[in-house]
Order: sequence, then C-alpha cells, then structure tokens
Amino acid sequence: MSLRTPLGRVLGHGSAKEGTGHFISQRISAIALLILGAWFLSRMFSMDSFAFLEVMRFVAEPLNSVLLALLSVTLAYHSWLGVQVVIEDYVHAPALKILSLIAARFAHVFVAIVCLYAILRVGLGS
Amino acid sequence: MAEFRLPPNSRIRKGRHFDAAAGATRVRRFAVYRYDPGSDENPRIDTYDVDLNACGPMVLDALIKIKNEVDPTLTFRRSCREGICGSCAMNIDGGNTLACTRAISDVKGEVKIYPLPHMPVVKDLVPDLTNFYAQYASIKPWLQTRTPPPPDRERLQSKADQELINEPSACILCACCSTACPSYWWNSDRYLGPAALLAAYRWLVDSRDEATGERLDDLEDPFRLYRCHTIMNCTQTCPKGLNPARAIAETKKMLAERKL
Repeated sequence: MSLRTPLGRVLGHGSAKEGTGHFISQRISAIALLILGAWFLSRMFSMDSFAFLEVMRFVAEPLNSVLLALLSVTLAYHSWLGVQVVIEDYVHAPALKILSLIAARFAHVFVAIVCLYAILRVGLGS
Repeated sequence: MAEFRLPPNSRIRKGRHFDAAAGATRVRRFAVYRYDPGSDENPRIDTYDVDLNACGPMVLDALIKIKNEVDPTLTFRRSCREGICGSCAMNIDGGNTLACTRAISDVKGEVKIYPLPHMPVVKDLVPDLTNFYAQYASIKPWLQTRTPPPPDRERLQSKADQELINEPSACILCACCSTACPSYWWNSDRYLGPAALLAAYRWLVDSRDEATGERLDDLEDPFRLYRCHTIMNCTQTCPKGLNPARAIAETKKMLAERKL
C-alpha cells in the first residue's frame, strides 16, 4: 500500500507535452486516405478484369505507381497511429504494452516496405 | 492478461425481497445494488416493492422512503434534493444521473439502481470519488494571474467573455460524465476524464486568467487529454445538460492552433 496522496498520484510524472502531433497526423492522414481511397476504389471498379497482366499494367503506369505507393504508406501510417491508441487503451501490463507497441510498429513498417518494394518492382519493370 | 469476467467475489447475486406495505395500490419494484466491502459477502441485488401513492415522484424519494421505512441499512449519498449538489449521482435504469431529478415515471418497469460504474464502492450506492476529486484539483481550478487586481474594484469581464464560462461553470462535479466514459473506465489513473477536462476548459476560456499556456502545457499529454475518443457518453448522460465533449474538442482545437 502506498501512502502517496491522491493528488500526487494524479500528477504522476507530469505531462508528456505531446499528443497534439499525433492528433493532427491522424486527422491529416485520414483526409489523405479519403482522397487516395476514393481514387483507388474508382480505378478498381473501372477495371475490365483482374487478370494478372492487366493488373500489372495498371500498377506499372507511372501515376498509378506513385499513387499506390502513397496509398500504401499513408494507410500503414494511419493504421499504426490507430493501433497504437488501441494498445495504449487496452493493454495495461507494462512489459506487454511496450512489446506490443514495438511489435505493431515493426509490423506496420514491414508492410509498408513490402508494398513499396512490390510497386517499385512492377513499376520499374524488373 | 485480459480478464473477461468479474473476480468471483465481485459477481452479483440475487438478494432479499421486501414487499410493499399492506394495502398498497400502485406498486413499483426497485432493484438496488447492495455491497459492503467490510463483509465477506458478494454484492447482491435487493428488491423493494414501493407504493408510489405513498412516495414522492423522484427516484431519490423512493430511496429515502426505503431507507426510512423498510431497510435502514441501505446506504447512499444525498443532500440538496434539487440537482445542485451532485451527491445522489448513481446509475438508474442503465444511465448515470441524479436520483433527485430523475422521475420514477420516466423509468419503465423495474427501477434498476446501481452505483456509478467502474468506481471502487464504499458501500451500496456510494462510490469512492477520491481519484475523481484529485483529478479536479490537479487542473488548478482557480484564477491564475500575473497582473495584480485593480486596487479599487474586482477584475472586469465583458458580458460576452462571461458568457463563455457560463456553461462550463454550471458543472456540479457529480461524476456522472466521467464514470459513463469507457476511456475513463480503462484509464482513469492517467486520463483526467470529461468532468476535470470541462473544468480545465472553464479556466482556459476565462478572459481574466493569464495561465492559458501553462494550463494547455499541463493538458497536452497522450493520456490526460487525448484518451478522449469522442465517444460522447459524457454529453449524453450529463444531468445538467452540459456538453463536456464539446469542451474537450475545443481544448484539442486550442492545442492544435498553437502548433499550426
């Protein structure tokens, strides 16, 4: 049992003096995803078929490559911001919390890099 | 890891039943949460049949009648019985509100009464609000200035400026909002909760206060402020009709503005 005062407990280690950046980034990436997502869905619906070569041709077009790369990175970033909040909300065991935050970050960076690599490879035609 | 059930000693059991007085004509059943941490017994739900013809119109009237005439061991807080002290905040019919301003006739069927959710229970309907009050104290709920007051009169405020603090000043700190907030349930050790944040906002928009920057510094924290996910239970449940969710959104806006 601790005899620390309730106010002392609430004040804790003080304010982290951050969070606003996260808040703004989450909203700006959401706006970007609305635009990129609308573009992606409209292109998907206008595809004649999803045959391998046709999809490859679609990805290889320079503008499509760039927008797909943007979409992948923004999606991974926005998802990472959201997953971080979910973990902070619900995972309270300190070690598990830090480990899952790191694992989620690695997973998101990994997915983003895999997407970029695939798009570049198709786009640069190797 | 995650716990999906209450610990065995917290599971609620069926309690005793108390019939209405003989000759009662308009009977309503009240199901009330009972718990005494001093005993080894689990929490239980006692049911009381109350004759509404011999009882006042509000839920608090029924609780007082039960305590006076049926079961003096029932414990709850109450004082002003007119919605200004905030003492009788409890969970009635699934929502947090004040027992003194909630009419029995507004509740359909059995009137279910629990203490405010997710707080340690002192006894029956009395929650331990120590942490809640400490959070209120932590936002420094008083005027902070560097300019000394005029020697001959109070600090002046325009009517428009006064109107900004009108609504947030009307908070009675009953804790209905904070204890209705899922984010507060999971993280009340670090998240300040809607009531404390509404109080903080009241001082942020006070035209006489000169510590706005320091106040925003203290709030800018992933947990203290940004655990609010705009769930809006606070605004929906506030028995005074206030809007803590808007105050929190305005605070986030102020923090964003000083960065952009």
